[in-house]
Amino acid sequence: MKHRINFKVNGDEYSLAVEPWKTLNEALREDLNLTGTKLGCGTGDCGACTVIVDGKSVSSCLTLAVSVDGKSVTTVEGLAPSGDELHPIQEAFVKTGAIQCGFCTAGMEMAALHLLNHNPSPNEAEIRAGLSGHLCRCTGYSQIVEAISVAAETMKNSQSEEEEQ
Amino acid sequence: MRLPKFEYFTPKTLNEALALLKEQGEGAYIMAGGTDIVVKMLHGRLRPKSVIALQEIDGINKISFSPQEGLTIGATARIVNILSHPDILQYYPALTDAVKVMANIEVRNMGTVVGNLCNAAPSADTAPPLITMGSVVVLTSLEGERRLSLDEFFKGPGITAMNQGEIMTSVFVPLPQPRSGGSYKRISARCGVDIAPASAGTMAVFRDEICSDVKLVLGAVAPIPLRAYRTENLLRGKQWTHELIQDAGYEAAEESMPISDCRASAEWRKKMVAVLTRRTLVEAYERSKKN
Ligand SMILES: Cc1cc2nc3c(=O)[nH]c(=O)nc-3n(C[C@H](O)[C@H](O)[C@H](O)COP(=O)(O)OP(=O)(O)OC[C@H]3O[C@@H](n4cnc5c(N)ncnc54)[C@H](O)[C@@H]3O)c2cc1C
Ligand code: FES
Ligand code: FES
Repeated sequence: MKHRINFKVNGDEYSLAVEPWKTLNEALREDLNLTGTKLGCGTGDCGACTVIVDGKSVSSCLTLAVSVDGKSVTTVEGLAPSGDELHPIQEAFVKTGAIQCGFCTAGMEMAALHLLNHNPSPNEAEIRAGLSGHLCRCTGYSQIVEAISVAAETMKNSQSEEEEQ
Repeated sequence: MRLPKFEYFTPKTLNEALALLKEQGEGAYIMAGGTDIVVKMLHGRLRPKSVIALQEIDGINKISFSPQEGLTIGATARIVNILSHPDILQYYPALTDAVKVMANIEVRNMGTVVGNLCNAAPSADTAPPLITMGSVVVLTSLEGERRLSLDEFFKGPGITAMNQGEIMTSVFVPLPQPRSGGSYKRISARCGVDIAPASAGTMAVFRDEICSDVKLVLGAVAPIPLRAYRTENLLRGKQWTHELIQDAGYEAAEESMPISDCRASAEWRKKMVAVLTRRTLVEAYERSKKN
């Protein structure tokens, strides 16, 4: 039996009828055509599918779509809603060369967003801990860690500029 | 990888959940965070007829603590909330040790402690510390509620003392005794994300320099989290010395019953049991000075 779910993705309201065995990853990619969120291992081990649900990062491959009824989801597409201007996290990934094939990138960026929302100035150890469970098959970890500390700086600076205004 | 078909229910009350569990009978499974059950379904190791999600039931997601009564962790309390709980860090640091090394951020944001116990993996990280703390689980069915020492809960890999029709609604952890200290340590090839091939949890009580009481539980080296009674007997009532700690390590290694599998050989696991046991004893003693 299909279940009707109403939820928000990147601020937009959606209403879907989903079978209970559909994962959030499948619903995002197949029903909403939001293919920025990747599917790597499919079993919770790689981090490629990470999205944020009600402020907490989760593995979309282990989340049932029915379970996000009434909730608010942020995917990598939500980082740069206009499509023109990148989010500071994305900017930093580009600038530091933290993207090789790019398959892990969306998950890494969502993990970075979750980390920086909870800890705006993480040290290197905290960044690495915040990425635990995120695998980069191209092994560009150093640049990814660097990207996140660059992003943290930019986000802090723009925050304090906003506060001054 | 696709999930097999199943029916899905989101009861709003515990009674509704219990009624559904009974009505659906064999083949009905409870889901808390889903980080074990969904993985098993994806691997085709579990084909539930129906899944009953606990997430919308009010009042069972709480973590409550008072210095008079102790700690209660509700069925849907997330691992991440244990990790950030200041009273748990202060009064039950061995539990913080365990949730800190468990899984990864996303799994800790989704998964629950109660789910970790009900899943009953021999490697379940929260089991050793919670057993050493004398925890009691609350099992609720339509017939009522019963309490069971966590020590008697595990019966085999994935097998527990829970009956069909029961839901674990909470786990209660008593207050630590004065002059007691606890510690949990595990070892694994790739830090957090890996399931640990060996772990140890200790809770020891001291009178002057004498270990007046102790509990030691070994993870992932037997079909269930293993109470190391022989090692406990060796330690109890003894003067706290370096030699005693060394001997306790050997005894615990002797007492463990590991298998060889993809994660590690039995021989290596036994050696690690000795090391981990000693490290937890040292830390438990240090921490006891603060209580
Ligand atoms: C990538 C990854 C890494 C992991 N790493 C670790 C690790 O390092 N250490 C570790 O110990 N575990 C680890 N796990 C396993 C898992 O995350 C934990 O066991 C978690 O605590 C399970 O909680 P849950 O709420 O997700 O359980 P669920 O999957 O919802 O449930 C687990 C089982 O318990 C039953 N159940 C759940 N709640 C109840 C209840 N209230 N009453 C009766 N039955 C119930 C379910 O029917 C199911 O059989 C890992 C999992 C993944 C995917
Ligand atoms: S695809 Fe979800 S964690 Fe790998
Ligand atoms: S950039 Fe290729 S997997 Fe990380």
